[in-house]
Amino acid sequence: MALVEITDVHKRFGQQEVLRGVSLSVNAGEVVCLLGASGSGKTTLLRCINHLESIDRGEIKVADELVGYLRGPDGKLREEKDRETSAKRARIGMVFQRFNLFAHLTAEENIIEAPVQVLRQPVDAARRHARALLATVGLANKANHYPHELSGGQQQRVAIARALAMEPRLMLFDEPTSALDPELVGEVLESMRRLAQSGMTMIVVTHEMAFARDVADRAIMMADGQVVEDAPPALFFSAPAHARTRAFLARLLEKQA
Amino acid sequence: MVFDSKAFLDALFSNVFFLPAVTTLGVTFIAMAGAMILGFGGALAALSRFAALRWLVQGYLGFFRGVPVLVQIVFWYNSLPVLTNNAINLPALVAGTLALALNEGAYMTEIIRSGLTSVDPGQREAARALGMTKAKALRRIVLPQALAVIIPPTGNQFIAMLKTTSLLFAIAVPEIFSTGTNIYSQNFRYFEVLLVVSIWYLVLTALLTAIQKVIERRFAPRKSRKLDALPAMEHG
Repeated sequence: MALVEITDVHKRFGQQEVLRGVSLSVNAGEVVCLLGASGSGKTTLLRCINHLESIDRGEIKVADELVGYLRGPDGKLREEKDRETSAKRARIGMVFQRFNLFAHLTAEENIIEAPVQVLRQPVDAARRHARALLATVGLANKANHYPHELSGGQQQRVAIARALAMEPRLMLFDEPTSALDPELVGEVLESMRRLAQSGMTMIVVTHEMAFARDVADRAIMMADGQVVEDAPPALFFSAPAHARTRAFLARLLEKQA
Repeated sequence: MVFDSKAFLDALFSNVFFLPAVTTLGVTFIAMAGAMILGFGGALAALSRFAALRWLVQGYLGFFRGVPVLVQIVFWYNSLPVLTNNAINLPALVAGTLALALNEGAYMTEIIRSGLTSVDPGQREAARALGMTKAKALRRIVLPQALAVIIPPTGNQFIAMLKTTSLLFAIAVPEIFSTGTNIYSQNFRYFEVLLVVSIWYLVLTALLTAIQKVIERRFAPRKSRKLDALPAMEHG
């Protein structure tokens, strides 16, 4: 069964219609890359999945539960209580373009904050788990460093560890390497690649075509707030069915040439 | 001019200023505590998504920052009893402290609001994405970072408040300045007595400044202990 079920989602910011009827389902264990030009709605769609953004129409279910909404007796969706939504979000990891590590906490404190404060894990156990996670992203020696003492790539790897500490069933990545210097992109992609191999369900908004081609199970092209192509990467990159995808890939090749 | 050193020394070492100094400090702390609570509520309301709350705060700020604090003090003490047919008739100390707290609350609202907005919205968003409720994200993530911005101007407000309490002489609260006015109205040694009054204020503001320094150091942005222990350059 699908872990994430997105049905006919619409979303507007003021006059601007950002999502125009998106439907998409992601199975457990799948790695899905959302591609497309900026303004195509891919980041907004990602943020709707854990209800950082509200939706205007349609529905999004994660593990068969609506996130941020209740279905009323009249069949319409109503905003759910903050506490309920928060509990569901705790099981959905998110990694941000700008890392968003808590600036007043060390790497280790960043990682144990939510497990201790939200899941009520004992501090000692959370700390041990944090050390193990830092080791898996190659930062065992940075536990006591504050974010501003780390490079962008290191901060992003701590952010991945922080999300994983909640033992999420789904990981959302919002352009995780876009704010990084080119030489730091590889270390973050490597951590993500290993996470994918471990069987994590991942939805990744990215401009890293090599990552999409090598790691993703499906590549999805978004344009003008709609899904225009949804195919295995082999097919997506070699024989795209949609003209928008072909134009997008051609522009990328031009840029790289 | 002849400096009357006896009048000066008598006033300086007289214990008549001791209790008024305690009153001055007490009013300062209570008014500031009230102002900080008001300011925190005001800041949250100012940042609320409900327009009615935001308007309410704008009205509060506009009124209390626009009317001189001396006018507000006299209002709470002298005018409120008349308006309410003596149903509300506050003692001078209470009316004065209330007036100062309400007035200062407007300034604290702005200080706390700017502290909260100085924190990158991504911090709150990351906290929310990790499953923290709004209240927990505020308490655990946003507020600790906002304090670094809120504390220095709050220290200044504290010191300003200590001096503003002297206005309470207008409603005969026995604080430092009004005690001084009582003395010089009897011996007419204005300069000597005002010098003593000034010394008392200077000592108290020095005390508050020292406390401010300690607190600011406590809430300064932190560095890892490991780096602190190392010399300026860190390699390897």
